[in-house]
Amino acid sequence: MSSKTFHGGVHPKEYKELTEHLAFELFPLPEQIILPLSQHLGKEAKALVKKGEDVKAGQMIAQAEGFVSAPIHTSVAGKVMSLGKEQTSSGFPKDSIVIKRNDTIESENVLLYPLNPETITADEIRERVALAGIVGQGGAAFPTSVKLNPPRDKNIDVVILNGCECEPYLTRDFRFMIERPDDLISGLKLIMKALGVKRGVIGIENNKPEAIELLINKIKYEHGLEVVSLKTKYPQGAEKMLIKAVTGKEVPPGKLPMDVGAVIQNIGTAIAIHDAIVNGEVLITAALTVSGKGIKNPKNLIVPVGTSIQNVIDYCGGVTDDAVKIVVGGPMMGVAQFDLHAPVMKATSGILVLTKDDVAENPETPCLRCGQCVGACPLNLMPTKLSRYSRLNRFDDAEGAGITVCMECGTCSYTCPANIPLVQWIRLGKQKVLQMQKERTAK
Amino acid sequence: METITTIEPKQKVYFDLTTSPHLHSKWSTSKVMWFVVAALIPSIAAALTFFGWTQIFAIVTAVIFAVGTEAAIQSIRKKKVTWFNGSAALTGLLLALTLPPNFSLSATAIGSIVAIGLGKQIFGGLGYNIFNPALVGRAFLQAAFPVQITTWVKPNFAVDSVTSATPLAAFKFDKIFTDTIPMAIGNVGGSLGETSAIAVLIGGILLISVGIVNWRIPLSMIIGMFLFGGMFWLINPQNPTPIFHIFAGSFLFGAMFMATDWVTSPVTNKGMWIFGLGISLVLVVIRIYGGLPEGVMYSILFMNGFVPLINRYTKPTIFGFVKEEKK
Repeated sequence: MSSKTFHGGVHPKEYKELTEHLAFELFPLPEQIILPLSQHLGKEAKALVKKGEDVKAGQMIAQAEGFVSAPIHTSVAGKVMSLGKEQTSSGFPKDSIVIKRNDTIESENVLLYPLNPETITADEIRERVALAGIVGQGGAAFPTSVKLNPPRDKNIDVVILNGCECEPYLTRDFRFMIERPDDLISGLKLIMKALGVKRGVIGIENNKPEAIELLINKIKYEHGLEVVSLKTKYPQGAEKMLIKAVTGKEVPPGKLPMDVGAVIQNIGTAIAIHDAIVNGEVLITAALTVSGKGIKNPKNLIVPVGTSIQNVIDYCGGVTDDAVKIVVGGPMMGVAQFDLHAPVMKATSGILVLTKDDVAENPETPCLRCGQCVGACPLNLMPTKLSRYSRLNRFDDAEGAGITVCMECGTCSYTCPANIPLVQWIRLGKQKVLQMQKERTAK
Repeated sequence: METITTIEPKQKVYFDLTTSPHLHSKWSTSKVMWFVVAALIPSIAAALTFFGWTQIFAIVTAVIFAVGTEAAIQSIRKKKVTWFNGSAALTGLLLALTLPPNFSLSATAIGSIVAIGLGKQIFGGLGYNIFNPALVGRAFLQAAFPVQITTWVKPNFAVDSVTSATPLAAFKFDKIFTDTIPMAIGNVGGSLGETSAIAVLIGGILLISVGIVNWRIPLSMIIGMFLFGGMFWLINPQNPTPIFHIFAGSFLFGAMFMATDWVTSPVTNKGMWIFGLGISLVLVVIRIYGGLPEGVMYSILFMNGFVPLINRYTKPTIFGFVKEEKK
């Protein structure tokens, strides 16, 4: 089977063998959870509980505020200890609700009425997805109900499930595809129904032949569904790259996938949608891969949202002596952590413990003008130029060269033989340029 | 559901806090440089085989003076002295391999000093030079020692018909064609590293396979040679065939090791095609109409000068970018 792809990219060592054979384990309920009110893109949710109040497991403790937002539910029954700023894995403290577990509080087993996926209407799907607090599981955590409700003038013709999992180490989506293929397909069909779309594609990188084969067999008799094998290459799972590979269309800078008629959903999101509609569940767990050479027992886990990173790491046997870096997310785009009290959030896809060897860096030298970053940039930018403009405070030039188009995938920094922190400089310049643009429009 | 007991947060703080990406390819500047040096080993071996083991002195001299000059200038400029990053050593080695056998050692040393001093450090050092430093050194020697640098030696194992003259000179001045096979193996007259096409190709293919050399440059040069060399040959069959052009002189050595120098070649894929095709065009013109039999050095230096311009006009179109339609 031939594999589709995009232009550019890199192929870092995958390290998937550490966890790909391990089935999901259910993480035990923690003593205490921290629930940031902003676990999604958009507006922070509004707290519905007060300090000292008892809450049931699965209870909504914060409601969506405005259109682009999502409610928060508690993953344990217990008492609200505090409302205030807590450290999060994004690196910034955010308003959060802290709940101490108390098992004596009785909770219902089924939180929402299960709905029949055959007879459900598009509006019911959107309503339920919003109510269950589902956000994109790919990392950006965009509220899913919003994505399922595109403006009328957009013609959506394809839903693409993102099963690329192009970040090294992560095996969460792979496990979902292997363990719950039927639920995943059910979730995909629900998404298609909500959008009124006839074509559903599951895009999977060809380093997961097991998943490709299994899903091809499952959809054999399904109308309108297809599985597309994609070349194993980072960042294949980036929305724009995935759409290009599957449909051949390019999403213009500043536009959204829906502008070229595509909606992308993560594998985990499809599963969450299925669970919310068919089983009446709310999103109170995060499926994640705990991996890296620095963790004693790598695992794939289903963790209650709000569990601290420290708890998860301890559950996996702790870290080895040469561990030096803890990353939430994938190794290419994840965030390094300094406070392990930070909680697992709805869209947390992995916790990686990297060793000295993994993160060893060679000394930086001047740019050799080798062109590796230019050839590898999936968005056809010239990272060497952008980073130089940024370093020299030439933000007008950076803007002209398209710095705001950059999605910060890090391919350039990965590939640079001179070890120049290209994407890091670009990130800085991009912020400055965006600020400049804001000031300009304000005038 | 099983539960876990209270966990005392560990106080140990790890933590390397750089921003993403947290992984990096294993290449570094010095690794790349030394890897290219390693890729030249077949060519060095061929040089020692065909022109005698004493040629090692020229190579060692060139390398020592290149590294020494770099270190001296760096310390004068109060910059960090990079003895071991391999960049100057590579320049010296490349220079030595472009010189004729038994070339004067003192002149070799001068070539190295010029290559590093005028070719590289004067622009600001590694990464800032416009012209290929080894070729700048050689161009200087060509001007300063025109006789010695065109004095060739008959290779070892040469059959009787082989003369000391290079295949290009033999063609230019005596209209004698050399067969492809001796040129591929390397037992013909010529500069140290250039005569054995096979040795050059082994190193070059190695560099392409690990991604150090972008295949677009050598390929476009070869295609360019078929295009332009072929054109001249079709116009007048007295002119050499493209195959002869490719195997004679330092075409392949230049295509694999000189034109592909990262610093002095374009960064864009499209630019690399223009660059390679341009080198071949200039080269064919020099070889056929110029006073010198060989022109790889000048054609590469010539195109080096166009690199900033090429980069400027071959900027890749940003992903998804659509031109505003005129109303």
